[in-house]
Amino acid sequence: MPGLEDLYREIILDHYRTPRNRGALDTPPAVVAQGHNPLCGDEIQVYLLVDGDVVQDVKVGGQGCSISQSSASMMTQAIKGKSVAEAHRILDAFRRMMGLEVDGDPEDVNLGDLEALQGVVKFPVRIKCATLAWTTLAQAMDDAGA
Amino acid sequence: MGLSAATIKEDFPILSRTIDGRPLVYLDSANSTHKPRQVIDAMANFMRNSYAPVNRSSYRLAAESNDFYEGARSRVQAFINARKAHEVIFTKNATEALNLIVQSWGRANLSAGDVVLLTHMEHHANIVPWQMLQAEKGFTIRWVPLTDDGQLDLTDLDRLLDGAKVFSFTAMSNVLGTITPVRRLTDAAHAAGALAIVDGCQYVPHHATDVHALGADFLAFSSHKLCGPTGVGVLWGHESLLDAMPPFLGGGNMISDVRLDGFDTAELPSKFEAGTPPIIEVVGLGAAVDYLDSIGMAAIRQHEMDLTGYALRTLKERFGDDIRIYGPDNVEVRGATLSFDFRGIHPHDVSQVLDQTNVCVRAGHHCAKPLMRILGTPATTRASFYIYNDEHDADALADALDSATDIFGF
Repeated sequence: MPGLEDLYREIILDHYRTPRNRGALDTPPAVVAQGHNPLCGDEIQVYLLVDGDVVQDVKVGGQGCSISQSSASMMTQAIKGKSVAEAHRILDAFRRMMGLEVDGDPEDVNLGDLEALQGVVKFPVRIKCATLAWTTLAQAMDDAGA
Repeated sequence: MGLSAATIKEDFPILSRTIDGRPLVYLDSANSTHKPRQVIDAMANFMRNSYAPVNRSSYRLAAESNDFYEGARSRVQAFINARKAHEVIFTKNATEALNLIVQSWGRANLSAGDVVLLTHMEHHANIVPWQMLQAEKGFTIRWVPLTDDGQLDLTDLDRLLDGAKVFSFTAMSNVLGTITPVRRLTDAAHAAGALAIVDGCQYVPHHATDVHALGADFLAFSSHKLCGPTGVGVLWGHESLLDAMPPFLGGGNMISDVRLDGFDTAELPSKFEAGTPPIIEVVGLGAAVDYLDSIGMAAIRQHEMDLTGYALRTLKERFGDDIRIYGPDNVEVRGATLSFDFRGIHPHDVSQVLDQTNVCVRAGHHCAKPLMRILGTPATTRASFYIYNDEHDADALADALDSATDIFGF
């Protein structure tokens, strides 16, 4: 549909249809953070298992729209197995791509599939959808002391 | 004589606006309605010619402004068939009107061991104020449940009302469109010795309203849902109740005397109108009420029943089981507010696709999260119709839903 190609890219719809890393992890050893989008009522859970300096595992529960669900799915792929420092870099880079203010200088981070979400910036009311999983991840990292 | 939505549409300047060369299909009137030029002009003319502070200054212009302000109160009084103009209190919005009741009447009359009865279909504005006071006072809140088709389940009403001091409920659900049997509920409340508070936000803009026929003790509604401006709401209450209540907000206008050791409150309605009121908005509300009266509330209700029936038929014929419309089928007990699930596509995505053809709907929890939990969904898509909508708008909604199928139909 004209005007929506930038928003509903095929890779986004693919992650929406078949979300990766859905489910839950045992807490402890994992931590879980709850995220809410008060605008639409979406609720998600981000389960995070950090072992030393590495994001061992991450899973996402809850429900949401195509943008929030695909963003969460791509997020899990992007950070799983990465070092905590690298996860933080990806988190910051994604927030910057969404037009959010982030402390420190921008770094050159390859966001891969996540760059498909760049089109969301043109639809300001949907930015909260795209960032829901990430805001929740940041909280989970805090809780994990990572 | 039926109303002509096409003619009415011409009264609303914004509805001749186009976006991307297409007209607006505004289906979000349960959220807020657009404003006719009669309201826009009344407010602009008042500011141009007659504006001055009210209830304070003695020059002629101030007296004229006062006449406009109090004139609007009289029109609202007539609109809801209140016995006295000073039973009509202007608030910031309907939410403030409900908070006023809870903080004034509730704080003075409720304590631990008391019971407040609400329903599962209430808007947050008729839930959270009670919960806020409950946290201090420790009274019990009971809930009237729903039937499968989204009406109030009144099977146990008498038991739920047993011992209740107040029953506060909506006259029409902002999610389900369900019109509640107000008179039956107010009668049952009174039989149990409880006050009856009616949230009329979704009802008053669409039905002839007579507070005495409804049997209400209090009625709250908003201006911006009935073609008036934002910034003003209405609380109506029985004079005897309002007289006995302590003031809500303190400040200018609500006092008859202030001393170093205390104050005396003003008479109604000033007692509940602390500070400079929304004078211009009240004048706009008066014009909005006149505008609706000029169309006729009976004609408005008939138009909406016809249009609701058409929209329900059209959506079901075109989409069958792919659409789940919440609330009752019978247009006698529902208003022109249709919340639905479409093919399991998230409401945010549905509304995004609809917006491409300027079909404006609301997606979300509609400030009724407890109800959403009971319906088992985090959100719905809601299309709501008003006097300026017609069958073409319902068709445009259906056409736009086809586009959602094209993108998300997997």
